[in-house]
Amino acid sequence: MSGLANALRRHPELMVAAVLVIAVLAIGTINPVFWQPSNLFSLLRASVITGILALAVLLVMLSGGIDVSFPAFAIAAMYLTVKAMIAWQFDGVLLPFLMASSIGLALGLVNAVFVHYLRMIPLIVTLGTGTAVRGFILGVVGTSQINIDQMPPLLIAFARGEFFSVTQADGSQAGLSSMVLVYAGLAIAVHLILRHTMLGRGIYALGGGEEAARRVGFNTRRITFVIYGLAGALAGFAGLLHGAMIWTANPRDMVGLELDVIAAVVLGGASIFGGRGTVIGTMLGVLTLVVITNSLIILGVDTTWQRVVVGAIVIAATAVTAWRDRKRIA
Amino acid sequence: MSTLLQRLRGSDTNLLQLVILTVLIFAGMAALNPERFLRPYVFESITFIAPELGLLAIAMMVAMLTGGIDLSVIGIANLSCILAGLFFHSVGAPRGPELVNMPLPLVLAGIGIALATGVIAGAINGLLVAKMRVTPILATIGTGQIFTGICLVLTGGPAVVGFPAIWGQFGNGTVFGIAAPLVVFVVVAGLVWFVLSRTAFGINLTLIGTNPRAAVFAGLRTQRTVFLSYVMTGALASVAGILLSGRTNAAKSDYGVSYLLQAVLIAVLAGTNPAGGRGSVPGIALALVALMLLSSGLQIMRFSNFLVDLIWGGFLLLSIALAALRMRSR
Repeated sequence: MSGLANALRRHPELMVAAVLVIAVLAIGTINPVFWQPSNLFSLLRASVITGILALAVLLVMLSGGIDVSFPAFAIAAMYLTVKAMIAWQFDGVLLPFLMASSIGLALGLVNAVFVHYLRMIPLIVTLGTGTAVRGFILGVVGTSQINIDQMPPLLIAFARGEFFSVTQADGSQAGLSSMVLVYAGLAIAVHLILRHTMLGRGIYALGGGEEAARRVGFNTRRITFVIYGLAGALAGFAGLLHGAMIWTANPRDMVGLELDVIAAVVLGGASIFGGRGTVIGTMLGVLTLVVITNSLIILGVDTTWQRVVVGAIVIAATAVTAWRDRKRIA
Repeated sequence: MSTLLQRLRGSDTNLLQLVILTVLIFAGMAALNPERFLRPYVFESITFIAPELGLLAIAMMVAMLTGGIDLSVIGIANLSCILAGLFFHSVGAPRGPELVNMPLPLVLAGIGIALATGVIAGAINGLLVAKMRVTPILATIGTGQIFTGICLVLTGGPAVVGFPAIWGQFGNGTVFGIAAPLVVFVVVAGLVWFVLSRTAFGINLTLIGTNPRAAVFAGLRTQRTVFLSYVMTGALASVAGILLSGRTNAAKSDYGVSYLLQAVLIAVLAGTNPAGGRGSVPGIALALVALMLLSSGLQIMRFSNFLVDLIWGGFLLLSIALAALRMRSR
């Protein structure tokens, strides 16, 4: 048994890879509709936003923290950016995404100030900032949804792009959204930062033990600010991309999404105690969660079960990680 | 006199600060709109609304005493009263006099169902946290999803409307002119205060929160104590659910979602240390009064609920900052 625990400790993504394969095979056997390219492509497309947000949560979790403010940050960045674009009659792609990421970055730095200087538990800090930001957007900026007729056309066009398409058995075309490439690009960037830079090693070190990281010479303050800043920027980026992909900017959107994203990251093998977790594991975790929750319908399961399923996934994944890390805590 | 001052300063600076905060908020609101704020109706309505939130805050504090947190309290509260409501609808009638005039024994059975739900749900959390060593944040996020998910599966979404009249008395009735929920709150809070400060169990909880390892070496049965603390949290949450459904005459899977942040806020503001080891029932009561005065004042001034959320979130961050400064000056 301890051999299995060791293997899981060394390769956290093994567990989630196994779960994903089993889930895909089971769902595909029960309902072959699953294998249609249009279904597979839409699953990949559906994992883009959750996936980018999961990269943000992974960064925070690697350092031993947890973030529940990112859906609010994402919505704030999206809504403010789209509002500004409409007000300034501006249409484009690069600048709006820069603006959304900057808004997210600034909000993330607020989290960092509270976590680093005021030494408060990240969960409670981000609960506070998340609620305050959401309250600000809905109470001060506005509550009305911006629909497709007002959305900046270039932004929509960008998110509609497809880079690959196949003809299905019934003659219809199924295209794979280019946003999958954007997600992959961000994931590779985060992976490279984590694996091949001093900064990335510092993030793991910080999660392993803050005092130890400080003693070996890591600048823990800078690392904390980079983690929360980068997480905020990723959230802001994902927020605007989400708005562009669903053609609406709704300030009430993404409520409760934090649970799905945290579930995906934990499922991907990241430890909430920090220092353990990989980008590839997280991406597999996201894909697994998206495949399972989105397949309930084609499995004939009532969608009211979705929350129970997500909750069960969180519990199962955390129980396994707790068992894996048991030696470490004891 | 000087010894009294010293005692006040030494043992309970936090309580003193809370008293000052409460007086300041009261004076501020009274000065801002004297003719609308200083009316008996305002304070009377607080005595009906505050207790359910106060019980959730006490529940949160109990979980925080051992350095944990319970994010499933809202799910437990809703599941408890939905199960009781469905019981009433099946043994009585979905509506009409048969439901309203349900005899006392059946209503007591319903209360038993609600409390048992809280105890079982709390025991599940306790098992995950104490026995399986799952981090409280993730364990209770997961179980919270499952509890809310079960609510959704049972009801399909819409509220369970209509409770027996006796049940409603717990939320709407009065005892000698005092709001019944307030009486329930005082009794339950007094009981929790007694258990926490006057029994071995309560002292052990605080010790475990202060230093879990030392508690193990001192021979305390930490697993059992932590387990029981989550059972207590669950039971408290179900009482809050009874009050909430009694007051509104309905139970729904997404009632009281904003209570989660407010319960955490009250617990933190009351001087509870989320890292464990510190927290008191009188502190919770004072923080509850302060925040209820604040939110009623804001509602009288016609602040939207979103703005109130913004202020709650800001208040949480402010109280974190103040707590940090206090720690530093020590």
